[in-house]
Formats: sequence, C-alpha cells, structure tokens
Amino acid sequence: MQTQAYLVVATLIFLIGAMGFLIRRNILVLFMSIELMLNGAAMLFVTFSRQLRQMDGHVFVFFIIALAAAEAAVGLSILIAIFRLKHRVNVDELTELKG
Amino acid sequence: MLFQYAHALIGFLFGMVFVALQVWVLVRLLSPKVKEPMKDSTYECGEPPVGDAWVRFDMRFYTMALIFLIFEVEAVFLFPWAAVYNKLMAITAGKPGAWFPFIEVFLFVVILAIGLIYVWRKGDMDWVKTTMHGRFDDKHVYHVADDGNPDKKSVA
Amino acid sequence: MNWEAVVFWAMATLVLVPAFAIVFSRNIVHMAFWLLGTLMGVSGLYLLLGADFLGMTQIFVYIGGINVLLLFGIMLTRSEPVYVRRLAKRPKLAPGLIIGAFTAFTLVSALLGAGWRNVPGEPTETAGILGAFLLSEYILPFEIISVLLLVVLIGAAYIARRGSREGAE
Repeated sequence: MQTQAYLVVATLIFLIGAMGFLIRRNILVLFMSIELMLNGAAMLFVTFSRQLRQMDGHVFVFFIIALAAAEAAVGLSILIAIFRLKHRVNVDELTELKG
Repeated sequence: MLFQYAHALIGFLFGMVFVALQVWVLVRLLSPKVKEPMKDSTYECGEPPVGDAWVRFDMRFYTMALIFLIFEVEAVFLFPWAAVYNKLMAITAGKPGAWFPFIEVFLFVVILAIGLIYVWRKGDMDWVKTTMHGRFDDKHVYHVADDGNPDKKSVA
Repeated sequence: MNWEAVVFWAMATLVLVPAFAIVFSRNIVHMAFWLLGTLMGVSGLYLLLGADFLGMTQIFVYIGGINVLLLFGIMLTRSEPVYVRRLAKRPKLAPGLIIGAFTAFTLVSALLGAGWRNVPGEPTETAGILGAFLLSEYILPFEIISVLLLVVLIGAAYIARRGSREGAE
C-alpha cells in the first residue's frame, strides 16, 4: 500500500481527535480525543519508519505507548478525585483556577 | 512475513462469524420458544438482580486496573530485551561489559519493584471484604451510604 | 485490487468510522467501545506496516490496559446513565468546522502532492531490533521510563486511595 495512504489516515485520526477535543466538554471524552491524537502521531512515526527504513520510529512509538499508559493512569485518577470533590466532570463547570 | 498475519486474520474472522452464527442464527432455529417474565431476567438461574446496572463501581477495581496497567507496561518493556538477550550474550561472552544488559534491566525491574512494595505496604492490593453495612479493615468500619454517596463516616 | 489494499481499506474504515462516532456519540459507554474499534484498527495498520511488535503492544497496552481503565473511570464517575451534553456551551461549531476542513484539506493535499516513492521492503521481526536499540542508543529513556512508571504508580495510587478512603473533603 502506498505510503501516502497511511499518512492520510494518520492525519485524519489526529484531526478527528483535535476536533473532538475542541467541541466536547466531558473530561472523559477529551481524554479519548487525546488518545486518538496520540494514535495518529504514533502512526506517522511508524509510517516514516518504514519509508526511511529506520527503526528509530518504532522505538519512539514504543515510548509513546508507555507515556499514554502513564497519562491514562494519572489523568483518570485526577478525574476521579475531581469527581469525588465536585460531582461533575464537565470542564465548563470546573472553573476554580480561573481567578 | 505479512502472509503470516493472514492466518491470524482468518482465525479472527472465523471466530467472529462463528459466534455471530451461534448467537443470531442457531439460537433462533434450535431454541424452544417460552414466553415467561423469568426468561427475560439477567441471570435466569441465579440471583435476582437488585437495582440497575448503573450503580457506581467500587474504587478498588480502579486501583487494581491501575496497578495492572503499570506492570503490564513493564512487562511489555522487558519483552524486546528478552528477545535480544541470548544473541547479545553469545556475542559479548567473556568480554568486559558482558553483564551490562543484565544490569540495565535489573535496575529497571528494581526501580519498579519499589512501586510494588509501596502499593503492597499501603494496602492498595488488599481486597478487604465489604458487607451490606460497610467495609471492614484493621482499624475502622466505613459506612457506605445507601445512595452510593462517597461521604463515608468512620465509626471506629 | 490486491489483498493488501483490501485489508488496508478495511482497517482504515475500522479506524475512521469509530473515531467519528466517538466525537459525535451521546452515550459515553458507547464511546469507550467505539474507541476499542479505533485502537484495533490502528493495531492492524501497524501490522500492515511491518511493525509486528508494536501492533501487539497496541493491543496489550491500549485495549487491555488503557481502555479497561477508561471504562472503570466511566463507571466510577457515573451513577446513572446521564447522557453527556454533546457540545460545548458556546460551541462555535461553524468556524471550528471551517477551520478544521481547511486544515484537513491543506494537510491531505500536501501529503498527496509530495510524491513519496514507495519502498515496501520485506518486513521482519521487530522485537529483537527494538531490544538492541533499547540496550544501546535509547538506554537513558529506557531507564527514565522505569522512574516515570514508578512515579505514576505511587502518585496515582495515592490519589485513588485518598478518593476511596476519605471521600469528599
């Protein structure tokens, strides 16, 4: 399959994730959008790794996946702590830091 | 190489088609039709379900999943090392620095073992029993309010 | 149309349709399961790209770990099937869509116009190569990742424990 087909798919995943991040307001949905964007970026790495015949892209994606797991663990813990404190998960209503 | 995945893909598709066939087609053809309210309950031969399925989960499930995720990532990181270890040992045997791959991964595992000891000592991995009225651990009984409100009062 | 193209388009559909469904769905549990479709599709595309170990890692860590954690997060923050509000309070949907479509058009046309030479190459087993990289060039990130995971484990367990034992304070 042509390289640009993979590139287009990766770009579209990233853009859909970015769009979701901008128009949705639930933290969990924002979180899923971030996962989509991370997947799109990681797929670009893998595609160029094949195109350039270098394995470094694979190592980067490996670290990206580990970082995504770390982000998921900490992010969801904070989200649950916020929910226990405020009983809401909508970012429009969590304005304590606005000053 | 890519053709090797075709086996997995065919197996996957076969599994999906097989399950779909069983659930949607074979059941329609073979099962006797009995109209009873009991047939529609969640567990026909088990406990009658209480409340609805949207009750909030206990926090311990989340903590377990968290610990599982972290150590799963650790296991995934050990896998490439294990795949290359024997080859590397054969090359560097007897030379200075032959222990280097082992020491590196040993450090990796030890650092994460600190985390394991932490969650173990702090009791995050204890599966304390929950009764109808509260949760018991060494020192306190925590009351769980009926509405699932997270405000729990310690009554010692 | 060869078999590789067929599998590619099937996987691309499996990636993009659920991705749209995540953005526009109303039920948050459905969203988590749609995300599962996207992740499986990305895993399949990794396999097609010759990244066998990454494809498996994607399934293990994302589907087996992160998605499950996400579902627990949903279950812990919902006490009834409240449907999430679809859009932001003042969505500014029209300008957002115009800018998004413009960005997508620019990026996709640039990608398609770049004239990549196709270098298929025979894919090999990548786990061993990855291991050699982790033991030589990327040894420092490898060790830092272990410290990061330690910090994440302790921090997240601490936050979660406070939430479960002391409740809202």
